[in-house]
Amino acid sequence: MEQWISLLGSTIRVSTPLVLASLAGLFSERSGVVDIGLEGKMLTSAFASAAAAYVTGNPWLGLMAGMFAAILLSMMHALVSVTYNGNQLISGMAVNTIASGITPVLGLAWFQQGGNSPQLDDVARFQDITLPFADSISRVPVVGPIYSGILSGHCILVYLTFLVVLPVVTWVVYRSRFGLRLRAVGENPHAADTAGISVARVRYLALLCNGMLCGMAGTFLSVYQTGSFIKEMTAGKGFLALAALIFGKWRPAYAMLGCLLFAFADSVQIRLEGVPLPIIGEIPSQFIQVIPYVLTVLLLAGFVGRAVAPKAIGIPFVKSR
Amino acid sequence: MKFGQPSTLPRWAQLTILPALNIFAALLVTGLVTWLIGENPLECLKLLIHGAFGYGEGIGYTLFYTTDFIFTGLAVAAAFHAGLFNIGGEGQAYLAGLGITLTVFAFDKVLPFWVLMPLCLIAAMAFGAAWAYIPAWLQAKRGSHIVVTTIMFNFISYSLMLYLIGHQLIEPGSQNPTTREFGQNAWMPAMQDILAGIGIHIPNTPLNGSFFLALIACVAFYLVVWHSRWGYELRTVGTNEHAARYAGMNVTKIIVLAMCASGALAGLSAVNELLGSTHRMNVLFTNGIGFVGVAVALMGRNHPVGIFLSALLFGALTQGGLDLSFAKPMITREMVLLIEGLVILFCGGLENLFEPILAMFFKRGK
Amino acid sequence: MTDLAIELIGICKSFGAVAANRDIDMKVAKGSIHGIIGENGAGKSTLMSILYGYYQADTGTIRVNGKDAHIRNSQEAIRLGIGMVHQHFMLVDTFTVLENIILGAEGGLVLKRGIQEARAHLKELNREYGLEVDPDAIVGKLGVGLQQRVEILKALYRGADVLILDEPTAVLTPQEADHLFRILRTLKEQGKTVILITHKLREVLEATDNVSVMRGGQMVGNVRTCDVDRAALADLMVGRKVNLQVDKAQREPGEVVLSVKDLNLTDRRGVRLLKDINLHVRAGEIVGIAGVAGNGQSELLEVLAGMVQPTSGEIVYKGQNLGTLKYRQPKAAVLRRLGIAHVPEDRSREGLVKAFSNYENAILGYQCDRSVCKGPFYSRKALVARMNTLIKQFDIRPDNPMLRVGLLSGGNQQKVVLAREIYANPDLLLVGQPTRGVDIGAIEFIHKRLIELRDAGKAVLLVSVELEEIMSLSDRILVMAGGQITGEMAGQEATAPALGLLMGGGDKH
Repeated sequence: MEQWISLLGSTIRVSTPLVLASLAGLFSERSGVVDIGLEGKMLTSAFASAAAAYVTGNPWLGLMAGMFAAILLSMMHALVSVTYNGNQLISGMAVNTIASGITPVLGLAWFQQGGNSPQLDDVARFQDITLPFADSISRVPVVGPIYSGILSGHCILVYLTFLVVLPVVTWVVYRSRFGLRLRAVGENPHAADTAGISVARVRYLALLCNGMLCGMAGTFLSVYQTGSFIKEMTAGKGFLALAALIFGKWRPAYAMLGCLLFAFADSVQIRLEGVPLPIIGEIPSQFIQVIPYVLTVLLLAGFVGRAVAPKAIGIPFVKSR
Repeated sequence: MKFGQPSTLPRWAQLTILPALNIFAALLVTGLVTWLIGENPLECLKLLIHGAFGYGEGIGYTLFYTTDFIFTGLAVAAAFHAGLFNIGGEGQAYLAGLGITLTVFAFDKVLPFWVLMPLCLIAAMAFGAAWAYIPAWLQAKRGSHIVVTTIMFNFISYSLMLYLIGHQLIEPGSQNPTTREFGQNAWMPAMQDILAGIGIHIPNTPLNGSFFLALIACVAFYLVVWHSRWGYELRTVGTNEHAARYAGMNVTKIIVLAMCASGALAGLSAVNELLGSTHRMNVLFTNGIGFVGVAVALMGRNHPVGIFLSALLFGALTQGGLDLSFAKPMITREMVLLIEGLVILFCGGLENLFEPILAMFFKRGK
Repeated sequence: MTDLAIELIGICKSFGAVAANRDIDMKVAKGSIHGIIGENGAGKSTLMSILYGYYQADTGTIRVNGKDAHIRNSQEAIRLGIGMVHQHFMLVDTFTVLENIILGAEGGLVLKRGIQEARAHLKELNREYGLEVDPDAIVGKLGVGLQQRVEILKALYRGADVLILDEPTAVLTPQEADHLFRILRTLKEQGKTVILITHKLREVLEATDNVSVMRGGQMVGNVRTCDVDRAALADLMVGRKVNLQVDKAQREPGEVVLSVKDLNLTDRRGVRLLKDINLHVRAGEIVGIAGVAGNGQSELLEVLAGMVQPTSGEIVYKGQNLGTLKYRQPKAAVLRRLGIAHVPEDRSREGLVKAFSNYENAILGYQCDRSVCKGPFYSRKALVARMNTLIKQFDIRPDNPMLRVGLLSGGNQQKVVLAREIYANPDLLLVGQPTRGVDIGAIEFIHKRLIELRDAGKAVLLVSVELEEIMSLSDRILVMAGGQITGEMAGQEATAPALGLLMGGGDKH
């Protein structure tokens, strides 16, 4: 029982950066701009936030720095994809490569720790929060363990993500003016254009949101989870988030479920390390690690339902007559 | 998915001026970053150039890396000509390594060099092609976005190889995740040995016979893509798929074959690394060469001459960057990654930036 | 002097070296239906794009309701009361009708209120103009006529007083077009001004009060519709006495080359695109298929050319049942080998690779021809020689075989395609929209070559949305509507109204 509580709690924690990055990708891709650069933005913001938190001793300033760094990269991607009608896949790859290059370079130059940043003090890190009454309720059957074991004890970013960001994003995309225009621009930018909407403006705004969310994701990794920036620490999470977005058919709620699923697989894999299961024996961790990737391929292949991307995705918008 | 829209510039300008502008812009930005972290950019550049070309050993290493990049650059270019973005070179090279290792383990005590080496080449190409085949088939038959699937396949290959090397192929008794050394019959002759045979003496470097293979690949690439029937079909599919269908071309077959060729070319880089240099397979030996291939293909405009020059450039950057990081402890070798990323940005994403300006110059000249 | 809704004075617009609009003057009276007529490429669309804010004129003045206006983008045009219904609908297929209508005029940050207001307003518009449509329907699932209605409602919702319609009947049957014109008349009665862009003489004469005629980027006539007739308009449009008939000698057709029996095509969604098609084409005759675009003609061509597999039915070519053929290559390639050539409807999309040079396009579809390759490699010399032959035979200009095909004019591009297909000496030529986007001189040339082919004893199946073309070229005319063949007529006996009636028949899908 203890195992399950810990597993589910860990799932929520591990899924948080994925959900944030996934929603970031949602904004971009729904507006018609492909974004494979989530990984690079997360990495850069992880570095920026760790550096800022170290220097200022304040995790919130770290968060702002992280968001700023990711927004910079998102704006670069926007410049290439929207203003210069460049190839969006290549621009995304450039973001990733530049991020992998610049973070250790600056890291080494500023902190002399082989590309990493120094460990943050407790003050400069986001800490776990115990929800009110968690201790007293913990003995109540069923509700108790769920409340105190799974729901309580996360850092503020987790609660912000699931209780604020996710609902707000869902509302914005489906019930706000910006969301209508966002989706229109992603499906038929010419229709939006003739309706008097600036396609470029909507896409830039979408990428701004994208940057903010990626910034939050990266900050979570360094300023909360590990307490410092470590070279290449994102380790493919940006691509996992992209996979979850596709898996969730570009819808916020489903993408979140995808992230939870992938995070669950990750948490399970860690716990099963070296532990023999009945009948099957020991499962190599790598087998579980590949599950999210294989699932995504299966989905894309149409074996797990159809994934229909926004119609105008990846196509630079050129006014034509 | 259309890449590399035909340019309005004359061909020679495309292959020389445009890439030169791109690398200049990339170096400029990198220089800025270097200056920001308190180092002298010009001094660093000098150290880099010296590290790459300033002494015999450096040249050797530079050309060794160039060989890798020629193969992965041609691989990406082959796919680009069919309108596909093959970002899976890492995984394909990795699997090719597996093919080589299995072949070697099966035969290195039994077969002579002249039989084993070609066999290894075939195995490398076959395994690389196979790893590219599935994403290709999925794209052609089910419309699955090939970029996403190849990215996924890269990750799957990492896990697969980690498992295989860690559990199955590991050298008995070793703590490091590497296989045992390959038998001498499977060693690609080192360049110093080849040249010594005709009386030229060069220092010992990993540069090996694969370099000649890479040059042959360049020539073959040119002949096939622009002068053969298969190349015509390839370019038609890549430029206008509807016209290809109209012309009765088997689009699915062409896409799949192009990706397989791409995977095979990427696989040959594993030959350079495993058979020419380390003589064993270790975890993550690919180390990003698949991604450099993207930069090389973009900068080289998918043309073998451009690719050769770009590969040479990146080989120099890699070797020079390593030397630089030894000389200047403040600079990590990831600096080269930054340059690589900027090249990708300027060449691929922002190619609309430089072209119009250049085109203006050409128009005025007329 | 009636009020002028729109006045254009001295409008000039050039794209590089091409002068799309030269010194255009035009007056549109308020509360009138004003037609702008001209051939493809005359500059009508450019002019209206300037009015709608898509482009900015290089010089000239626009006056809206008597006041000078600088229209920099669509938003400003909308604010001035100018609305546009585009030829290719500007609708978001996944949205509902309401969502499409409020796009750009949502009325606030939160959608809910905007949707409620739109719903009420829509009811009113329905009452006033008779434009009925289900507000919650998903636009992508609506038929073409209804989608156009949504487009009109969009413009009216934004308060358009001037409605510009760009080739609105391109996708409608004559009966649907009449319904549209009734709506336009209602709009006029309610005080709206309508500008109708078209290249169809019949529409102008039936529906408009005044006509402006454009030719070669210039305004060549501003007349009242009641003062002109068809011949006069055609002359103005083309600039010389137009020979609307092609010289064609009577010919006895030979044996049946192509025979189609009970051909059916159903797409993945279960929509029946072709229903029980039966037809035959003989050697030495031109069979024309008339019909409004989108009624199955394109699909028929694609099936016959081997690009699409039919669901059921029999196609017999020169006695050989194509369905039972065993082939390893794609069907299109096999059919070419058997002597069926295909000039596709959309040459930019399918018939040519614009980025390739002329000589590389000369073998598109014939890339395995032994005469140009030695083993797997091509002989550049042979390729260029072949292209030069085509250039000479078809008077393709400029006559440089190395030139990129994309740089040729529309007419010359079409000549390249036609030349290539005819060079292969086919026994059956399938040709779709042979003169779309082609200038008058090239049209005559192409028509002549098609007749020559027929005189040489070849079979020709012609698909065209231009009734004039079908009527002047075909020996026999078949009419398609709703995926079926609704009637057949001999070429000489066919009249436009009779064909129009048949074009409106058949069930709509």
